[in-house]
Amino acid sequence: MTAPSTPPLYGVLAEFASADHLLAAARRVRAAGYSRAEAYAPFDVEGLAEALGFERSSVPLFTFCGALLGGLSGYFMQWYAAVIDYPVDIGGRPLHSWPMFMPVTFELAVLGGAIAAVIAMLLASGLPRLRHPIADAPDFELATRNRFFLCLRSDEPGFDRAAAEQLLDELRPLRRAEVPR
Amino acid sequence: MAAPAVSRDIGVLHAGWGYASIGDKIADIVLTRPVRWPWRAAFLATSMATLVFVAAMSYLFVTGIGIWGVNIPVAWGFAIANCVWWIGIGHAGTFISAVLLLLRQRWRTSINRFAEAMTLFAAGMAGLFPILHLGRPWFLYWIAPYPNRMNLWPQFRSPLVWDFFAIGTYIVVSFLFWYLGLIPDLATLRDRAASKWKRIAFGLGALGWTGEARHWARHRSAYLLIAGLATPLVVSVHSVVSLDFAIGNTPGYHSTIFPPYFVAGALFSGFAMVLTLAIPLRRAFGLHDFITDVHLDHAAKVLLATGALVAYGYLAETFMAFYSGDEFEIAMTVDRWSGAYAPVYWSMLFCNVLAPQVLWWRRARRSALLLFFLSLVINLGMWMERVTIVVQSLHHDFLPAAWGLFVPTAWDWIFLVGSICAFAWLFLVFIRLLPSISISEMRSLARESTQEAA
Repeated sequence: MTAPSTPPLYGVLAEFASADHLLAAARRVRAAGYSRAEAYAPFDVEGLAEALGFERSSVPLFTFCGALLGGLSGYFMQWYAAVIDYPVDIGGRPLHSWPMFMPVTFELAVLGGAIAAVIAMLLASGLPRLRHPIADAPDFELATRNRFFLCLRSDEPGFDRAAAEQLLDELRPLRRAEVPR
Repeated sequence: MAAPAVSRDIGVLHAGWGYASIGDKIADIVLTRPVRWPWRAAFLATSMATLVFVAAMSYLFVTGIGIWGVNIPVAWGFAIANCVWWIGIGHAGTFISAVLLLLRQRWRTSINRFAEAMTLFAAGMAGLFPILHLGRPWFLYWIAPYPNRMNLWPQFRSPLVWDFFAIGTYIVVSFLFWYLGLIPDLATLRDRAASKWKRIAFGLGALGWTGEARHWARHRSAYLLIAGLATPLVVSVHSVVSLDFAIGNTPGYHSTIFPPYFVAGALFSGFAMVLTLAIPLRRAFGLHDFITDVHLDHAAKVLLATGALVAYGYLAETFMAFYSGDEFEIAMTVDRWSGAYAPVYWSMLFCNVLAPQVLWWRRARRSALLLFFLSLVINLGMWMERVTIVVQSLHHDFLPAAWGLFVPTAWDWIFLVGSICAFAWLFLVFIRLLPSISISEMRSLARESTQEAA
């Protein structure tokens, strides 16, 4: 930290007017070595996360596991009920009548997958979250309206505030601000 | 610097809309628009009718299902027909959101949110009727597998149990899909709301969404995956509902055409309901730039296509009855044409097969007024189809000694109208509390429209 008197810093923030500008700025800071830079946009800008170095989402794997778990446990439940715990002899037909167990297995696989997808998306993103320091930054309420923001975080390894501010200024933002923690 | 992005006319979105103006237009319907008399009047009327519906339910629970016209042999009356009708209507929302998303149909963008809300409310109504139809609704939970002192399990080989899982899963997954799409829009409303309480309410709903790029990437990934899961789910739900009938051996039920025929009918009635809701919605809030004539045109084409599938279903049913040579099936089919419920059958054919043919003309597909009335006619027709299948088949089964008529009582009609009013009430509340068009997806669409121009 530069001086003990300054309040602890979350990062420095630059504001842009267009998605393309933000996309270019994100590529630039990534090339300058920032790996924890954050970009905020009012809609899903294609390629923005990748430009910041985001490689793969953990959501698909979680969803697959959730669906697998849902389906397997659904099938197991029906098998256990029909074969072990409550066998009903219907004219000598097989107790393990697997085709009849498919609908419930399928529905529970879908249910497990969907719930896992939502939970994975929320947890991996650190949501739900009641307070985020960046919400207090000037103009940031426009991040859900028509402005685009780029934040260089202070917990970046080797973060130097002056260098970060200079880099952001070179990107010619609408304004630059600091984000207290 | 480049000027702020402004949309160009791409048919499904008219020109001149920027990221801010799209958000403001949609958010202000919820946040700042004063409540005017048409909404108040509709709200008051549907609230009263919903109260009547609730009171009728209380009376039903106290007295029993004898207040309806159901009896042996027609033990399934309006309640089951209404359930099938409502769950069918509930299919269009997820179809629009999931299937059309995976097919990259851009016209889904501005109609998916309220169509999903429609799905939830319709599925809620559908879920209600089997419960109302139980003789002892307080034992509803017996259909769920849970550890119990009776040492009993549900019969997993029964389509009625599949139905419980299918409709339950459908409601949960539809809700998750709808809510996932809503999160970024709730954040927009949170940041735009003027009053503290609105900020807190929308803020809690938004779960702390900031719009960070990685969050967006995960959001997209989860959204697409749920769309992929919901696609076979949509098809499975009404297939399972149809198996409730097809697995029984009653003439008119026992048919292999039922699953695809029910799914097509579900989409047919669902798209009709989307039009029934979209046309007044866009007129009331002046959303003609977002819900354009192109949307009406596309929805009308879907009606035409699914209507043709439904007509094929009617044809195949009739053909198979005679081709099978089964005298009970043949007698049932002839009774459909000439028996006690023949007026319902012929009206159904008029509403579902003949009336939609007007959509071959482009002018008809682009006329909001005509489409609105046609959508009501189609939904009436689809309701009559459900009644024909449920009631007519049962009243004329095998032994003439066991035949018997079903005549609906006043209570049957009160429950039907009550459910329609409760559905309308929920929708009226929804359009004033939550953004009825997806703001963030409309912004992406506006960006796409500018990129195409470049």
